[in-house]
Amino acid sequence: MTLANALKGRVWLVTLAALIVLVIVNAYLQSNLFTPRVLKSNLTVFLPLVLIAVGQTYVILAGDIDLSVGAIVALVNVVTVTVIAGIGTEDAAAVLAGILAGLATGVACGLFNGFLVAALRLQPIVATFATGILFSGIALRVLPTAGLPVPAPYWRTYAGGLFALPVVLWIFIAVLIAVGILGARPFLRHLTAVGGHRAAAFQTGLAVTRVRIGGYVLAALFSAVASLCLTGETASGDPLMGGSLALGSVSAVVLGGTALSGGSGSAFGSVLGALVIGMIGNVIFFAGLPFEYQTLVKGVITLAALAGGVVIARR
Amino acid sequence: MERFRRLLTEPLVLASLAILVLLGVGEFLSPGFARGGQIARILTVSAILGLVSAGQALVVIGGREGIDLSVGALISLGALVAGNVMSGENGAIFSAILAAGGLAFVIGLVNGMGVTLVRIPPLVMTLGMMGVIQGGLVVLSRGIPSGNAAPALMTFINRPLVFGLPGVLFVWALVALAMWFILRRTALGYAIYAMGANERAARLCGVRTGLVRTLLYGLSGLMAGLTGVCVIGYTGNSFISVGDQYVLPSVIAVVIGGVSLAGGTGGYFGVVLGAIALTLLQSVLTTLQLEFWGRQLIFGAVLLGLMLLYGRTKRLRV
Repeated sequence: MTLANALKGRVWLVTLAALIVLVIVNAYLQSNLFTPRVLKSNLTVFLPLVLIAVGQTYVILAGDIDLSVGAIVALVNVVTVTVIAGIGTEDAAAVLAGILAGLATGVACGLFNGFLVAALRLQPIVATFATGILFSGIALRVLPTAGLPVPAPYWRTYAGGLFALPVVLWIFIAVLIAVGILGARPFLRHLTAVGGHRAAAFQTGLAVTRVRIGGYVLAALFSAVASLCLTGETASGDPLMGGSLALGSVSAVVLGGTALSGGSGSAFGSVLGALVIGMIGNVIFFAGLPFEYQTLVKGVITLAALAGGVVIARR
Repeated sequence: MERFRRLLTEPLVLASLAILVLLGVGEFLSPGFARGGQIARILTVSAILGLVSAGQALVVIGGREGIDLSVGALISLGALVAGNVMSGENGAIFSAILAAGGLAFVIGLVNGMGVTLVRIPPLVMTLGMMGVIQGGLVVLSRGIPSGNAAPALMTFINRPLVFGLPGVLFVWALVALAMWFILRRTALGYAIYAMGANERAARLCGVRTGLVRTLLYGLSGLMAGLTGVCVIGYTGNSFISVGDQYVLPSVIAVVIGGVSLAGGTGGYFGVVLGAIALTLLQSVLTTLQLEFWGRQLIFGAVLLGLMLLYGRTKRLRV
């Protein structure tokens, strides 16, 4: 089949088509969708999952999985707000210090995950579940209850604009550029090789352990950025933030055409997958379904989409 | 020395040692921890985790990255359905078990068909199914907690029946016996291990792998549904996310019990010990009267420590 051949390795095209259909349906149901205000608020809601899904892609490409990303989001959030509050001033320098502390925390989490899974050879699913428990324990130690508002410069900047475009859109563009740059680096090829055939990658002399740790660090770094975005949205600390993000990111990655077994896929696909998940929620909300049926319909559509994504990715 | 080392890294020995150490620590921290009544309570909680882990173990042993993440939602569904069918009537217990188990069995079969016929990776299929069931729970319950356990069921699960042990422990023992018999004494059991170790080889040997695998997911669903009945019997009533807390512990009990997530190895006896060790650990942490974060930290650290002792994957070789 020529169509199937054309789609080979480009599963994200199907995800893109699904996204376009969802946008059309959404625009039909919600007449003001294409106003700047609504588009911006949609992007603000979708951005954290987009970021985490991109990060999760690099781990899954290497044949691993990271179930601790939700806990990393919570930990980075509380570290950031606590550091800002500790400095005490409400200026840009304090915010910047908080952001840097948050990013460093994320990288540390990623290194820890990678060390356990790649160097100590623990099974990724259970190991990252356990580290997730650890991270959320530390988050609760840092900030026992939700609260501690961030200074106004933080959330005003996040909700504001820069050069006539909203900041959230700039972040989204930056994510796409980062994905493009990472995609052109040899590191991505190494990740894919490690996920596709680990023993062969090892035998050709690839530093398999280091590559896998690199995947976990990337995932944690993207989760940290997602957490900083969420912090800009909620403008406060919450040690229980990010509960459902881990499994949501796995769904987004699969929807984007990345094989869960590793070795093939793309982070661009995951961006589309995350947007599709967000749009499914939107469409169901605006379709005027009775409230109690919304979760069920969303579950069925998501399962069908996941199944469809897997079937198309295999052809 | 070598023999000693091999004995020490044997999962069954490790899990038993972990149980003894935890009992010792518990008794040291709060005298009376290792007494009969308290142990019966811990075993009851272990039984609930052990029952759902039985299904999880089957799916994992069956291989091809087998895992069932929908068990939590199925437990909630089983509890909700059973609670509404019983609604406190002793006479309706049997039909409640039938309804909860049957529905969960059918949903498990759908999981199995998704995994075998459509060839969706188990993690994705059962994750998606979890979302569907959670939606179904909202529809069924309309968001309001409903249904309650029959008094006889609560007595069966909470009160001593014989030798100071509640009835649910005998059910667990029967399930363990059945698991042992199926896995080690029947053609089906050998087919499951063969399939878990090498699916292609098993199929060429005449194992109808699709059928067996579908059945495994059905059985995992069935066990989760029955666990739901036990959960509502344990607490008296249910809410729609009551089962969520069992999803990853069921996987961890399986891993601690010496079943590799790669499939094809391990047995249910180890999983029984794993479920008890996990429940004991949580119980010891509760006795410590630490703040929640401290309990979380120790729980996570001990899990990682246990996994370090075994459950590691093979070293890459040239």
